Amino acid sequence: MNFWRSTIGKKTVMAVTGLLMLLFLIVHMLGNLKIFFGRTDFDHYAHWLRTIGNPVLHESWYLWIQRFVLVVAVVLHAVSAYQLSRRDLKARPTKYSHHQRAKAGYATHIMRYGGITLALFIVYHILDFTTLTLNRHGVDGAAYDNVVSSFSVWWVTVIYIAAMICLGLHIQHGFWSAAQTLGYNRPSRDRAFKGMATGLAVLLTAGFLIVPVSVLAGLVD
Amino acid sequence: MSFYRLGDDIADTTAPDVPIEQRWDKRRFDAKLVNPANRRRHTVIVVGTGLAGGAAGATLAEQGYHVIQFCYQDSPRRAHSIAAQGGINAAKNYRNDGDSVYRLFYDTVKGGDFRSRESNVYRLAQTSTQIIDQCVAQGVPFAREYGGLLDTRSFGGVQVARTFYARGQTGQQLLIGAYQALSRQIDAGGVEMHARTEMLDLIVIDGRARGIVARDLITGEISTYLADAVVLATGGYGNVFYLSTNAKNSNASAIWRAHRRGAYFANPCYTQIHPTCIPRSGDHQSKLTLMSESLRNDGRIWVPKNPGDTRSPDQIPEADRDYYLERIYPGFGNLVPRDIASRAAKNQCDLGRGVGPGGLGVYLDFADAIKRMGEAAVREKYGNLFEMYDRITGEDPYKVPMRIYPAIHYTMGGLWVDYDLQSTIPGCFVVGEANFSDHGANRLGASALMQGLADGYFVLPPMLGNYIASTKLDKVDASHPEVTATVAEATGRLDRLLSIDGERTVDSFHRELGEILWNECGMARTEDGLRKALGRLPELREEFWRSVKVPGSGASLNQSLERANRVSDFLELGELLCVDALHREESCGGHFRVESQTPDGEARRDDDRFAYAAAWEFGGTGGTPVLHREPLEFNYVHLAQRNYA
Amino acid sequence: MKLTLRIWRQAGPAEPGSMVAYEVPDANPDMSFLELLDVLNERLTLEGGDPVTFDHDCREGICGSCGVVINGQAHGPRALTTTCQLHVRSFSDGDVIDIEPWRSVAFGVLKDLMVDRSGLDRIIQAGGYISAPTGSAPEAHSTPVPKPIADSAFDNATCIGCGACVAACPNGSAMLFTSAKVAHLNSLPQGAPERASRVLNLVEAMDAEGFGGCTNTGECTNACPKGIPMDSIATLNREYLRASLGRK
Repeated sequence: MNFWRSTIGKKTVMAVTGLLMLLFLIVHMLGNLKIFFGRTDFDHYAHWLRTIGNPVLHESWYLWIQRFVLVVAVVLHAVSAYQLSRRDLKARPTKYSHHQRAKAGYATHIMRYGGITLALFIVYHILDFTTLTLNRHGVDGAAYDNVVSSFSVWWVTVIYIAAMICLGLHIQHGFWSAAQTLGYNRPSRDRAFKGMATGLAVLLTAGFLIVPVSVLAGLVD
Repeated sequence: MSFYRLGDDIADTTAPDVPIEQRWDKRRFDAKLVNPANRRRHTVIVVGTGLAGGAAGATLAEQGYHVIQFCYQDSPRRAHSIAAQGGINAAKNYRNDGDSVYRLFYDTVKGGDFRSRESNVYRLAQTSTQIIDQCVAQGVPFAREYGGLLDTRSFGGVQVARTFYARGQTGQQLLIGAYQALSRQIDAGGVEMHARTEMLDLIVIDGRARGIVARDLITGEISTYLADAVVLATGGYGNVFYLSTNAKNSNASAIWRAHRRGAYFANPCYTQIHPTCIPRSGDHQSKLTLMSESLRNDGRIWVPKNPGDTRSPDQIPEADRDYYLERIYPGFGNLVPRDIASRAAKNQCDLGRGVGPGGLGVYLDFADAIKRMGEAAVREKYGNLFEMYDRITGEDPYKVPMRIYPAIHYTMGGLWVDYDLQSTIPGCFVVGEANFSDHGANRLGASALMQGLADGYFVLPPMLGNYIASTKLDKVDASHPEVTATVAEATGRLDRLLSIDGERTVDSFHRELGEILWNECGMARTEDGLRKALGRLPELREEFWRSVKVPGSGASLNQSLERANRVSDFLELGELLCVDALHREESCGGHFRVESQTPDGEARRDDDRFAYAAAWEFGGTGGTPVLHREPLEFNYVHLAQRNYA
Repeated sequence: MKLTLRIWRQAGPAEPGSMVAYEVPDANPDMSFLELLDVLNERLTLEGGDPVTFDHDCREGICGSCGVVINGQAHGPRALTTTCQLHVRSFSDGDVIDIEPWRSVAFGVLKDLMVDRSGLDRIIQAGGYISAPTGSAPEAHSTPVPKPIADSAFDNATCIGCGACVAACPNGSAMLFTSAKVAHLNSLPQGAPERASRVLNLVEAMDAEGFGGCTNTGECTNACPKGIPMDSIATLNREYLRASLGRK
């Protein structure tokens, strides 16, 4: 409990949950790319996701376990971030009248706003593709057509592009920051971690964006 | 001889009369002990948190005493010991190069130009080895070799490598060690720490030091603190010269007020001047910065041959340069001792050959070293010093020769103490640079840190215990008439400073005081000059009390008032400094009387007349101080004259 | 040189404060920044004004007393330089210079540019030491310390406790300060017995003082006049995790 109460403890929780979510995103992104193999492949993949763990696990159980873990991760990540941010803002109540020129990059600067944006996006994203509430096509099991119908609308794609840029920036600082928080960083590894962070950020942003852009460009329909 | 009166001789009666190597053991064995269970009931005040004070406070609290400690800084970690660069001596003989306790003792007595007390110096050398052990155990990151063992170097012209160091920040690292030990005791409740609190006066009751009056620098509140004994660890008085390498707020008020209350002040004229400081750049100069003496190992010191030569140094051909140290002292060249190098620089500047603003500087040139060793090697060895020089002067020493000039650096004089480190006021102990004890007329490099820590960690605690155990002290409280009188006096003094509301700032007086002392009682002193100073200083003091302007009130944070109070004491101390310098008609160590030199300009001691420590009794403000001589005997190290030519 | 100084003036901890502009028409490029303030204060004193209060002592960059935010930068524009070592030649004729105190909820303003940094002392008191009572030390050479470890301990031990890291951090965090002490003492064999309790106590004290958390922005290390690196913070995190997971 002391651990959770300390600032370093909360940062550790953020780092671990962040890495967990990052792992999920990599798999998610790779799965998305299956769309380029066509409707049958993609829908089959979507269906397979519900059967992972069969026959040990009942239909969709794995998915629910994963969802539960992710929700817990998101909640812990967000609660820690909220509590730390409140503390941080309280620790520096007076701003300098001469504006501080930040040495850190833009990615570091917008972590908090980027995080809030991503949280809102996740809600929208679930309503779009999981519950299909907002999806124009909205047929359970027809993953391919659901995707194509959403991304055919230009502003949906714009939302996705904006969100994925946020994601990239969040990962670029977050991944390196996690290495620092978990104490894995060393001067000898610093460049490598920064490179990996940028690499992951670019890979995930590009990997996620290639689908909606392709749909909009008519490469996938 | 009207400027002083001769009183009775004094003597240290506490060092046992046994062979020198047994004295400290015998003294400790004879000392009375305080029962560990009773120590908590005894309160000790420690003023100052440098190496001596920090070490003393931590150690006394570890032993169980209740310590009340003070520093004027916002944290005990900031005391000026932190600025010491070079290192700390210890007779460990790790190098197997012939060092021993006896050799360190010998070097220190000789280096002090035979004006220190043999008993104290021997104990210092004995204790030195324990200091290194203690500091290493505390986690002080001394420089190490690849085998993991401690590195040492030779320092200050000594023939053995006995100086332990932590890059160029030895003082910082040792102080952080003492500060951490002190912090541990603060947390444990053994030390009640009052930072940003300055001692205003010493409370003496029935002839014994029983407490202090101190001012909280934030609120301005004046309070009394009472105790069984008072330890002063407030450092030296170099700032009497205004420009020195001391911290801006370093001051002599604590020891001066103790002096006014009866503590004798010994050898004030022994002031050490460091030859390699960065010269002043203008009237705004507020302090001087020292650069390690090690620069003289590879740099060559010179001035233009022709007075008033305004060419830039690279335009001055070899034929027009005078490498005066190499010329005058061909044996030692640029590595002559500090005082000789300093005086030679002053002589050159007096001849009009000085360089830089006001002609107060000489060149320290690395061009040859760069040619010989390559710039990379020079950078490796002196990079951080060159950077510091560049930062302060805006000049690149790789391209232009450095300019250096001597500055006041350390004061060997201080309150007179016996072998127990007790002043002439019973119960008032004095440690570190604040006392006069171990360095005689000249301190060797890397010995200040050694003395501060020896006093604080190892010498003071048993002697303080002995005092407490062997003294019957009545209870006193804040209503005691002596206490209220001392408070009234301290308060009255501050009120008086605030009420003058004249037309000159505190700093303008301090600067003028410094200029008089530097000119007449600095590197070279003459009877005429000292008499002139003694004529001018009382006038300056009176003018100060007539026309100083101290804004604000005493009931809140007021840095001008703090400075005014300190300068008022410096003004009185400055007079005693000149009296001591005038009476000592010989040259020794940091005291050079122009009248007393050999034909080739070397300092000439007069052992027949002056082989004593001069302990001065306060003679009243503007009054005549009384001289008490402590004859010095040299039974182990035989008197000899220095010769570096 | 003519400079305009806009200085934060505040009469006391509970008083309101504001930026006040002063002209210094006769600044000399060779002056240190604090000497610039000295010159201003001399004039203010003679004019019957209230001189500017600021902390300072050694004026050679080692005691850690001085420190103000100059144009939004802790200790001003020069890297690895304390305020006292900054010189007027780093500015240009006609410049307007904003001078403000360290800002952090843990550093209350006492007067003008002077703040209360006693929180940093309390962090050290909580365990920033090795318990080695005087006289109890073994022979110094009984514990060799590999040179790289000794060197890195030294690098961290050079912290001067000025508080610039806290002032520069957007979260007012004291992580760099705390990490320097942990990295100094926990890496040495002498510090090993108290390794776990030290880091736990230091972090607890740090949090209790109200300092913010670390968001790894690196502003602290940029402002640090002694160049304490971000690596020290990683070390602190590592030591904290090790102690938290190991103890129970």
